[in-house]
Amino acid sequence: MKAGTKFAFGAVLIVGSVGYLMASGIKQTGQYFLTPSELAQRVSADPSFYDLGLKVGAHVVRGTVSKDVATQTLSFHITDGTVSYPVVFKGLPPDTFTDSVEVVVEGRLQHDGVIHATNVLAKCGSRYEAVPKA
Amino acid sequence: MALLGTLSLWVAFLVGLWGAITGFVGGAQGRADLQQSARHATFALFAALLVAVISLEIGIFRHDFSLEYVAAYTSRNLPTFYLWSALYAGQKGSLLFWASVLSFFAMLVQVMTSGRHRVYLPYVAAVTCTVATFFITVMLFAANPFQRMPFVPMDGSGMNPQLQNPGMVFHPPMLYLGYISITIPFAFAISALLTKRLDSDWLVAIRKWTLVSWLFLSIGLLIGMWWAYVELGWGGYWAWDPVENAALLPWLVMTAFLHSVMIQEKRGMLKKWNLALILGAWLLSIFGTFLTRSGVIASVHSFTESPVGYFFAWFLLLAAAASIALYVTRLPLLEAEATLESMVSREASFLFNNLLFIGIAFSVLWGTLFPILSEAFKGTKVTVGPPFFNQVNVPLGLGLLALTGIGPLIAWRRASIPNLKRQFAVPLTSGVFVLLILLVAGIRDVGALMAVSIGGFVLATVIQEFARGARARHRQYGEPTVLALFQLLARNRRRYGGYIVHVAIVLLFVAFAGMSFKTETEATLRPGESAELMGRDGHLYTFTHLGISQYNTLNRYVTAALIEVKRDGKPIGRVRTEKRQHVDALGNKTFEPSTAVGIMSGLRVDLYIVLAGLVNGTEQAVFRFTINPLVWWVWFGGFVLVIGGLIVLWPGGGPPPGTGPRQPRSQAGYAVKLEAVR
Repeated sequence: MKAGTKFAFGAVLIVGSVGYLMASGIKQTGQYFLTPSELAQRVSADPSFYDLGLKVGAHVVRGTVSKDVATQTLSFHITDGTVSYPVVFKGLPPDTFTDSVEVVVEGRLQHDGVIHATNVLAKCGSRYEAVPKA
Repeated sequence: MALLGTLSLWVAFLVGLWGAITGFVGGAQGRADLQQSARHATFALFAALLVAVISLEIGIFRHDFSLEYVAAYTSRNLPTFYLWSALYAGQKGSLLFWASVLSFFAMLVQVMTSGRHRVYLPYVAAVTCTVATFFITVMLFAANPFQRMPFVPMDGSGMNPQLQNPGMVFHPPMLYLGYISITIPFAFAISALLTKRLDSDWLVAIRKWTLVSWLFLSIGLLIGMWWAYVELGWGGYWAWDPVENAALLPWLVMTAFLHSVMIQEKRGMLKKWNLALILGAWLLSIFGTFLTRSGVIASVHSFTESPVGYFFAWFLLLAAAASIALYVTRLPLLEAEATLESMVSREASFLFNNLLFIGIAFSVLWGTLFPILSEAFKGTKVTVGPPFFNQVNVPLGLGLLALTGIGPLIAWRRASIPNLKRQFAVPLTSGVFVLLILLVAGIRDVGALMAVSIGGFVLATVIQEFARGARARHRQYGEPTVLALFQLLARNRRRYGGYIVHVAIVLLFVAFAGMSFKTETEATLRPGESAELMGRDGHLYTFTHLGISQYNTLNRYVTAALIEVKRDGKPIGRVRTEKRQHVDALGNKTFEPSTAVGIMSGLRVDLYIVLAGLVNGTEQAVFRFTINPLVWWVWFGGFVLVIGGLIVLWPGGGPPPGTGPRQPRSQAGYAVKLEAVR
């Protein structure tokens, strides 16, 4: 066999494994990124959608944030204007988390209708820009 | 200052346009007067942009809040150190910074390029002027750093506290320098395509530039990691955030190029591939800028959404279309002079190395864009995060690490069996030996086992190369060992500097593997109370909360907790960890509170302590304690990498390969190139 052909085999092997790793990686670790309305739609269409790892992007509802520092539990509501969900998060929220930011909540929607978050990312307008004066 | 600034931007705009036109026309028609004019345009461009930069800095230092940019990113109480960095703390200023640095490089390349590479210069001037003009256009029509405020505020909004960190003073310029300097190799590539001078000449002309880009990108990435680690407080240094990925992509492609270019120099192969890598690296650098500025991908790092994104999207599309069209028309001129002779050859191992680099780059790009792609093609947004990137890139990275050792051991063209035996015996034994030690030590994490044992293999190959090289010099010239090692390095900077970079890569991989052994706990402690955490280094760490102090300093209120740390019951020191509330000159709060992590760094583990907050204003406080193994080695590995890169880059050291007639190739990979006695 010519070296070029052999090399082609090796190349196919590498490209194939890159492809396989990517496909399986996406299948195993991909998470839906939904708004609360989309989540509500999905859940009503397909009840098995509970307890599935997902991300929800929404605004924190002003005045709903309560922190229990002793147990490090944070609870708040998120909304996209039409549908809102309660969120419970055990852990330390990021510095930029307040009751008026946009957040990305990573976690699972349980049957009690509460999103149990494993991670909360606060998206300030931008890290590099000052907070606009309200 | 605003007037002078805007004026100089307009001058720069016109000069840039002129340089682009005269460069292209002068190059195409071979008119020396126009070519000369294009060359001078780069000088004028730099001068005009320098005036703009100085105007902005004067505005910043004078606290001229009639400038919107100054008011938005600085305040009267901002420490002087950070006033300098305010130049690139915001979108508009960073565009100005970018254009100015590019014009500086554009001028430098005109002045420094000599000899027969000068034929490329008119088009190089044209391309650099075009790119700079694009950035100036964005400033003039969408993001003018000299825009005035409708009124003059008493004080500015101040700089985001997360940017008030020494790392942030150096990280952006380093990364930008890397990004921007890729434009020079790109300009040479375009020039080579246009002039049809597609032999290896242009590669020689850009050798130093590609190394400079690679080195700056590396430094930028490393400082960025350090900044994320000490400032963001989530406990790690790399999160596969889109912005981080955007910086990693050109680095991966440049690294692939630095390897594959050697095949073209030695064997005249891979011409198409090398050109494509340079074009790709530059397009990725513009793509990265687009990604961070357009808000298309939700990232905690991104600038706010702005029309700037559209400018970049169009520029990217046009530049990609033009480069690809030009590339395709020149494909017939890019035929290889030789073919692959054997799978077991240096060429083949470099080819696989390149495939892996590009595979990694592709998966990172794909993962970064996946939310957009899945929404466009499947209607639902699906995101992937660190688990995806780790799952894909750990195996690919380990394969690459193995090739780091294998490549230098295999001869060019075709390796013989006895040659392979002689080359691989010691390194393979070393790798297996390391593996056995780790297994006996009770480590069962597959990724870490592989990383460290392959690392041992690679380290052994490098030591073997140095030892053989030094011995050969010792025999040949009778040099004592230390001198021989030094001479070896000095005479073959590219090769042995490259090996030092390989050592750095091993250190980095081992350090990365260490992160899979981190341990973490959160605790709410009153003064005098302690939390315990077992580190994976086998020691029990006790953290005792000694108390809270609060005070004002410079531009912030600080809440600091003092923690006493004991290892196995013996005190080893105290760590301060802070929460900072930044304020303006009137004492009003600005921004959200930020974290200043308390870190006790050691060779084996870092103790990483975050103060999350106080319970109802009492001294009872919430902490997160993390024990991060081997983080120190990331910074040390980075340091070694930069040293290795500098050795390769250092001028002199004999005629660079490729300038003379092609060197006869030695059969065995280890043989030293012996200098002719001059």
